[in-house]
Amino acid sequence: MTDLLLVAVVLTNFVLLGSSRLAACIRVAAAQGILVGVMPLILYHDAVSVRTALIAAAGITLKGIVFPWLFFRALRDVDVTREVEPFVGYTVSILIGVGAVAGSFWLGSRLVVPRPVPSAFVIPVAFSVIFIGLFLIVSRKTAISQALGYLVMENGIFAFGVSLALEEPFLVELGVLLDVFAATFLMGIMVFHISREFDHIDVGRLASLKDWTTRRYKS
Amino acid sequence: MILAVVLIPAAAGLAAFAIRGDGLRRWLTVAVGLAHAGVTARLWMRPTAPALGGWIALDRPGLLFLSITSLLFLAASIYGVGYLIREGRGERRDIKEGFLFTNAPEQVFAGCLMLFLATMSLVTVSHHFGLLWVAVEATTLASAPLIYFHRHHRSLEATWKYLLIGSVGIAVALLGNFCLNVAASRAGGPALLDGLVRGAASMDPAWLKAAFLCFLVGYGTKMGLAPMHSWLPDAHTESPSLVSSLLSGALLNCAFLGILRSVQVCDAAGLGNFARELLVGFGLLSMGVAGVFILRQADYKRMLAYSSVEHMGILALGVGIGGAATFGAMLHAVNHSVTKAMLFFVSGNILAAYRTRVCADVRGVVRTLPASGVLWLVGFLAITGSPPFGTFLSEFTILKAALDAGRGWVAAAYLALLALVFVGMAAPFLNMAQGSSEGRRREGWLVVAPPIAFAALALLLGLWLPARFVDALRGAAREVEGLRGSPVVAAPRPQAMDRDHFVEFEEDEAIGRGHGASPVVHRHRLGMPDLDHLAAAEPELHRLERRPVEERAELIEVHEDMIPQWWEIGQ
Repeated sequence: MTDLLLVAVVLTNFVLLGSSRLAACIRVAAAQGILVGVMPLILYHDAVSVRTALIAAAGITLKGIVFPWLFFRALRDVDVTREVEPFVGYTVSILIGVGAVAGSFWLGSRLVVPRPVPSAFVIPVAFSVIFIGLFLIVSRKTAISQALGYLVMENGIFAFGVSLALEEPFLVELGVLLDVFAATFLMGIMVFHISREFDHIDVGRLASLKDWTTRRYKS
Repeated sequence: MILAVVLIPAAAGLAAFAIRGDGLRRWLTVAVGLAHAGVTARLWMRPTAPALGGWIALDRPGLLFLSITSLLFLAASIYGVGYLIREGRGERRDIKEGFLFTNAPEQVFAGCLMLFLATMSLVTVSHHFGLLWVAVEATTLASAPLIYFHRHHRSLEATWKYLLIGSVGIAVALLGNFCLNVAASRAGGPALLDGLVRGAASMDPAWLKAAFLCFLVGYGTKMGLAPMHSWLPDAHTESPSLVSSLLSGALLNCAFLGILRSVQVCDAAGLGNFARELLVGFGLLSMGVAGVFILRQADYKRMLAYSSVEHMGILALGVGIGGAATFGAMLHAVNHSVTKAMLFFVSGNILAAYRTRVCADVRGVVRTLPASGVLWLVGFLAITGSPPFGTFLSEFTILKAALDAGRGWVAAAYLALLALVFVGMAAPFLNMAQGSSEGRRREGWLVVAPPIAFAALALLLGLWLPARFVDALRGAAREVEGLRGSPVVAAPRPQAMDRDHFVEFEEDEAIGRGHGASPVVHRHRLGMPDLDHLAAAEPELHRLERRPVEERAELIEVHEDMIPQWWEIGQ
């Protein structure tokens, strides 16, 4: 059951890397959010506390329902439906994704965790989600894709925390979720403003702020 | 009482969204600034007990950064009244490309400004690493709408960069929190700062190192350390000048506090040298990157932004060198905040009068805007560390500490980069101030009084430091260094010293890295003491040196007054 879940998480990564339709990407990221959200319930199914259940519920609600809704709302306001020309092509992206997964397993094998871990694959999978989130942020041009990359990265960090069975206090966990929610909310608003200001959400064209294109200082 | 510094601005900030009257809202911001400063002053007067089970507490580094934040906000709120009157309502023409744009609603601006103060205050009083993270991320969220006050595509681009890079950076810091949690799992207990410092000896060093790296990259992004500084110049340039001053003078310091907290834990765990070497590296790199970009900068607000990168580098470098340099870094944080806030205020005045940010298009500021022009020159001297301003004192303290610690190369690089920045800033600043003008413009007292007060303060900090203030700075530096009155390590080791321990200390001294291993000797070497003092202190120091580290940490409180303080050095 655990391994099935982890395989599903890795598969969502590859779908995200390989698809250009933004709506599909939002749905897949939402699916990944739900998978990561149920992770604590499945990993520790023999000892589910109220706290774990509450955090899982909050995670699933936010990552699976609220965030996708925010993104779909942003997407409705903009004309763009697909990522046209990412900085890195889809085939290359998938190859890099494979590399990231392999690298994560190598990293995971070298990591000495001073406490029992439910499955040997949890930490590598969490790392791969973090790396792929980062990669999405730097390789995609539309503001929505970059914001999705941030969400994917957050998913990875959440999974990393779950896999180590961290005893962060409940309030902190809620604070983290609240911050991520507010960040996503703000990003959604920004996407809307970007689309209205530029008639596109291509961040690649957000390039007027540079150091060397402005007029040189002449003395 | 501590909670008031968070709750007052938070409540007022939420209320500001609903207030319709412009005048009322503007002066409410000033009132919040005054109330916050009042509460902070009261916290100086009497120590306050921790709240919420120790999650919220005020130690000396926290109090120092809280005071900086409070002071800057008060000045910015007064400046803000004048600024918002000057901005007016309706459509405005862009200074660079000439299109029309509007400002964000003032309710949003004022509300977010006060929420920004609340979140920054929360950073300074958080003693739980998780809460600290939540607070730092909240500062990003509260300040992003402030950068997007002028609603046009350039500020939008700056805000997007700030939001995304900031959030990703902070996400890395969250990873650091998890690593810290794993490292401390053997020690047990919640992730409260004091508990972690006390139990640091039993932490897993590999995970603690990983945690520190994540914190350094994560909070370093927010602090503007190169090469993670890419959001900083854009955000500082495109936001209203009073927001720039808060970002540069208050927010960057708050992020720095996040790094200081992790340095405290590393120090206690015996990883002080690892953490400090990294800080020295990032510090010099930041100064170098800033120097290169300042040298050919055409935009004066951007130049100020890169100067912030440089000064954050100096702070990191100071803490990295340790000893008296940590004191210097604490003093420098105050000096930099005051000076840079003053310069950003003045840059706002110049921008409003000349409607350009290109240095070469601005001439004769001293004649056009007499007060701002003089302040611009004063600010230039202060920010480049010229005597008699406070920045000179703090930069010099760091330089001396670097030389005393036997780190000649670091000192040389530091001096060279300071000179580079001076050269880069001199010509544009002087050219802007001098030259002919097209007639005098009116300057409102609201936008001139705060920078005049800060200029006076920057000068005062160089000429006279009250003993109380120096004590507070020394206390802050000591806590960062991990030398407290209470024992740093819980369990004292046996009196008898084995051979290995002794050798370790001697080696440490021989390499010239006094911090961590041998606080007494290190402090002793900081200021060259006069002979009488030395003679009195010598046998005592000698006796002390032969004790284990943790005992000496206890004893240092008693014996410290034997060693001349740093400010007696030059006299």
